[in-house]
Amino acid sequence: MARMKFLCDADRCIECNACVTACKNENEVPWGINRRRVVTINDGRPGERSISMACMHCTDAPCSAVCPVSCFFTTADGVVLHSKDLCIGCGYCFYACPFGAPQYPRIGNFGSRGKMDKCTYCAGGPDDTGSLDEYEKYGANRLLEGKLPLCAEMCSTKSLLAGDGDIIAQIYKERVLKRGYGSGAWGWKTAYREGIDV
Amino acid sequence: MTMLFGRGRRVFGAVLLFGFVVLAGPLCAQQSDQQPVSVNPTASSVTEDQLLREFDKVQGRGTIPDVRSYTVEQPAGRDWRHFHEVTLHLIGSVAVLGMLALLALFLLVRGRIRMDVGRSGRLIQRFNGFERFVHWLTASCFVILALSGLNITFGKRLLLPVIGPEPFAEFSQWAKYAHNYLSFPFTIGVVLIFLMWIGGNLPDRTDIEWIRRGGGLIGHDNPPAYRFNTGQKMVYWIVVLGGAAMAVTGYLLMFPFYTTNVTGMQEIQMIHGVVAMLYVAALLAHIYIGSIGMEGAFEAMGTGEVDLNWAKEHHSLWVEEELGRAATPTTLPPAPSATPAE
Repeated sequence: MARMKFLCDADRCIECNACVTACKNENEVPWGINRRRVVTINDGRPGERSISMACMHCTDAPCSAVCPVSCFFTTADGVVLHSKDLCIGCGYCFYACPFGAPQYPRIGNFGSRGKMDKCTYCAGGPDDTGSLDEYEKYGANRLLEGKLPLCAEMCSTKSLLAGDGDIIAQIYKERVLKRGYGSGAWGWKTAYREGIDV
Repeated sequence: MTMLFGRGRRVFGAVLLFGFVVLAGPLCAQQSDQQPVSVNPTASSVTEDQLLREFDKVQGRGTIPDVRSYTVEQPAGRDWRHFHEVTLHLIGSVAVLGMLALLALFLLVRGRIRMDVGRSGRLIQRFNGFERFVHWLTASCFVILALSGLNITFGKRLLLPVIGPEPFAEFSQWAKYAHNYLSFPFTIGVVLIFLMWIGGNLPDRTDIEWIRRGGGLIGHDNPPAYRFNTGQKMVYWIVVLGGAAMAVTGYLLMFPFYTTNVTGMQEIQMIHGVVAMLYVAALLAHIYIGSIGMEGAFEAMGTGEVDLNWAKEHHSLWVEEELGRAATPTTLPPAPSATPAE
């Protein structure tokens, strides 16, 4: 069974935001929500670095652990999903997430949050049928069609890799050996409790 | 003519070829020298470990208006998860169950605190209508706030397996609304309690004596007290200070990220959770003593009037004050049930 992960090669990311746009479009993500985002460190200075970040689909996901209504579940592929029907919008998953993946659409009365939305690895929701209802709530279910998430598919420099963790780790290792440098797989130690040794 | 040009072209060609051969050597040598040396274009860039060591966070700048998105990684989220799922559960279980166990033990061993001499049948007013209204407003809000709050921590382990995920989620949704809305009347109640009863709850000399004699909890001792004895003063300050802490952290949680970032929100939530557990435990003791724990106590808040013998037993100095006040001609005479000071 595959264990799906994301790997953003921070040495190749050029901040083109193709991943952000692809995700937004493919999943009809509502206004104000950004499932995937590109962050630039030391913007404009020598040594500028950009990273594309969304849900990392962690091992032993902290979001899942703190949810008061237990609306999260992890699929057999290691994808962390949740049910918008059960979500009460308490916001705890955002406090627990090391990567700031959960987003809440509605700021209503007080700081009231609506149903949490986040990157689904293009794997839809609990339904997993590719139905219209699933699409409206969770976005595209590409995994059902045997496809990988669109953000990684659209990456202009192939810095964002998605797929089975072992395979993309291997690709990254080969890259680092070939070109002679690599800043590591950002977020892997926090998300999967293991880095990539090259 | 043509013969001259032909020779010129040949010479020119030879010079060109010669120059090419001469220069080609060094050029090729340069390229082959560079092959084994690789250039790292990101050598001066930061690394993840470096940033996490320096700032405990990885953050930069993005293009989305939401500034929270500029934090790429905050591993402290995992620590907060451990606090909320393990530590807070432990604190809450020990505090609440421990207090319940203590109270049960007290009831078994000491029994209900009864009046020594029995009822006199004469009543004295202890709390007026407004005071009782404020107390019950605060108390009823407190109960719902406590239960809805405890549901966030314990609900999924205690209630979810019993009623199932959909009903539990629906219940939790309404509990969340109740928690957020009832916070306002609760806070108003706490503020009024603070103002109403601050006069009677300042520490004085009777408190030293009261504590020294264990409050009369063991045996049949009845240390003297004014309107509020030391135990009640402790409850008062726990309610006011605890309530203030809950209100401040609660409103910061209810208006998330208005004043701070995710790290601040985690810290505020931790304070809110820990204080809540201790608050609930303390109030359980108050609820016990005011309801089943002591004969003649509930009436104080129930009807507002208490039996005179009960008052003399537990608040002797207050009774003296009240009756003394009643006996002076400048004040209106009280209800016929009051007797002159002895």
